[in-house]
Amino acid sequence: MKGLATVFRKEVRENIRDRRALFNSLLLGPLLFPLLFVGLMWFLESAEQERAEQTLELPVIGADHAPSLIRYLEQQGAVIQPEPEDPEAMVRNQERPVVLRILPDYPEKWAQGLPAPVEVIIDPSRQESNAAIRRVKVLLAGYGQQIAALRLQLRGVSPQLASPVMVRDVDLSTPKSRAILAVIFLPYVLMITAFTGATHLAMDTTAGEKERKSLEPLLINPVPRWEIMTGKMLTTMVFAMASLALTLVSFRIVLPYMPVGAFGMDLTLGVHTLLKILLVISPVAVLAAALLTLLASFAKSYREAQSYMGLVILIPMIPSLIFMANPIKAEAWMMNVPLFSQNLLIGEIIREESVTLSWYAASFASTMVIGLVLAVMAANLYNRPRLIFSGS
Amino acid sequence: MIVVRNLRKSFGDVKAVNGVSFEARDGEITGLLGPNGAGKTTTLRMLYSLLPPDQGEIRIDGLDPTRDAMEIKRTLGVVPDSRGLYSRLTARENISYYGELHGMSRAKIRERIAHLVETLDMADFIDRRTEGFSQGQRVKVAIARAMVHTPQTVLMDEPSNGLDVMSTRALREYVRGLRRDGHSVVLSTHIMQEVAALCDRIVIIAKGEVAADGTADQLLQRSGCDSLEDAFVKLIGSEEGLLA
Repeated sequence: MKGLATVFRKEVRENIRDRRALFNSLLLGPLLFPLLFVGLMWFLESAEQERAEQTLELPVIGADHAPSLIRYLEQQGAVIQPEPEDPEAMVRNQERPVVLRILPDYPEKWAQGLPAPVEVIIDPSRQESNAAIRRVKVLLAGYGQQIAALRLQLRGVSPQLASPVMVRDVDLSTPKSRAILAVIFLPYVLMITAFTGATHLAMDTTAGEKERKSLEPLLINPVPRWEIMTGKMLTTMVFAMASLALTLVSFRIVLPYMPVGAFGMDLTLGVHTLLKILLVISPVAVLAAALLTLLASFAKSYREAQSYMGLVILIPMIPSLIFMANPIKAEAWMMNVPLFSQNLLIGEIIREESVTLSWYAASFASTMVIGLVLAVMAANLYNRPRLIFSGS
Repeated sequence: MIVVRNLRKSFGDVKAVNGVSFEARDGEITGLLGPNGAGKTTTLRMLYSLLPPDQGEIRIDGLDPTRDAMEIKRTLGVVPDSRGLYSRLTARENISYYGELHGMSRAKIRERIAHLVETLDMADFIDRRTEGFSQGQRVKVAIARAMVHTPQTVLMDEPSNGLDVMSTRALREYVRGLRRDGHSVVLSTHIMQEVAALCDRIVIIAKGEVAADGTADQLLQRSGCDSLEDAFVKLIGSEEGLLA
């Protein structure tokens, strides 16, 4: 085991002197992701607010048919604009988010007390027009209710009869459980960081060593190959862990600067929480280091290894993407699936839900076992002479 | 002392080494001479136990690389064809790394490096990072790290490749010094002047087989030629791949 320790010490020393390694493992993830997160939040919030505060410009077709509706809309702050030539094209070209069309038989139906037809021309697939659409619909519904109440009163009926059920929300979610975005985003970032933190080291210690033509002389030393490879993998794991730890710390520093109000988020990561998250995710660092080392060992050069890594980086994204599309409830069997289990557990930790110890154990053990199996495979890879000499 | 008997190695259909036998004695320099692709590097790789032979026998001071790989690696000093250094480490750190991998103590490593710095004339660059080193400096570091554990048997694959005249002279001087100290040195080369200038015994390898074997005088006699160059061409049967 002395050889293993020697290899480990040398790789750490060498990579600490490598600007590329430091940048990739210790700077990129820890700085970029939290800043990206906060920046994104600010942007979303300010964009949302801007749209809510904007005056609503509403082109109306056939405004003459419904003067009282138009008056109501104007009272509520909408700016009524004249009839456009081609209203559908106007919405399609995103000139206006909403165009209102009052149909010619509106006055007749209105006079008879029948539902009077109004069309709202919209394109809801455009995210940015949603705020305006919602406002127009709320205004129309409000007008409808007001008229309905008046009509009932005129006939001597209490308007309350028309609302037989009163719905009131009793909100039981804690501020923390509302931190949905963080629950999705943080595990996602950590999964990716475990991989990005390991990538450069995994490639440099294997494919890079082959490319520099230092692998063959290294293997002539009287140290078993598995010890050499394990020493290299250990370095990769340590860098991945350092990358994760720094990312968590940087999240903790950055979170207080988040725009809290708009998302109902109250998220502070205590030291205890950070350590818990780090412990949960540590087997992922082992898994990532082993998997990436295994793959990079087949490559002849750093460049070739890089071309494999583009695909591998998709792996840690898969669970998060699935959860974003289809949030599922955590169940015991899921704890045996690497990456999924960590994703769920970190979500629960952020929400401050209590999780049974057996779940933590299952998640840790299953991921660790798979990571170690991959590590054993990687450690024995250079027993095949063809892999040592390829490319030389 | 190296004894090789009927060594064979194929890669698919290609017979890289096809029945090579020779001996390399202590206190002698043995040259494996042959054109590119003759099987010199493959032979050496089997000697330093990085490749298992398909057939044949190797004994290095009585040890068999296929069975006593770790033991053999401790007694061998190898300068292989690949001599990559770690560019972010200094020359000293590169050499110490190999010393540590051999399980040497720090004090012993320091002492050995001091000795190697002197014999290989490395004082100017021993504490510089190897990034940007000249070929000559690189070869010196590669030799120093191969010799850090004071091996009895030394294998060098094309050691003078890419070296200028001064570096080549220094290298030859160093190899002669090893012979004086009683080491067994085997070096492969495709350069005839190198064997002529250095080697006590010459093993000519062509197409994976030993074409001739002996001292320079014996080879001249056997071929009936006046110059070594003509003798080589005659003995391997073609001029292909040989460099004067």
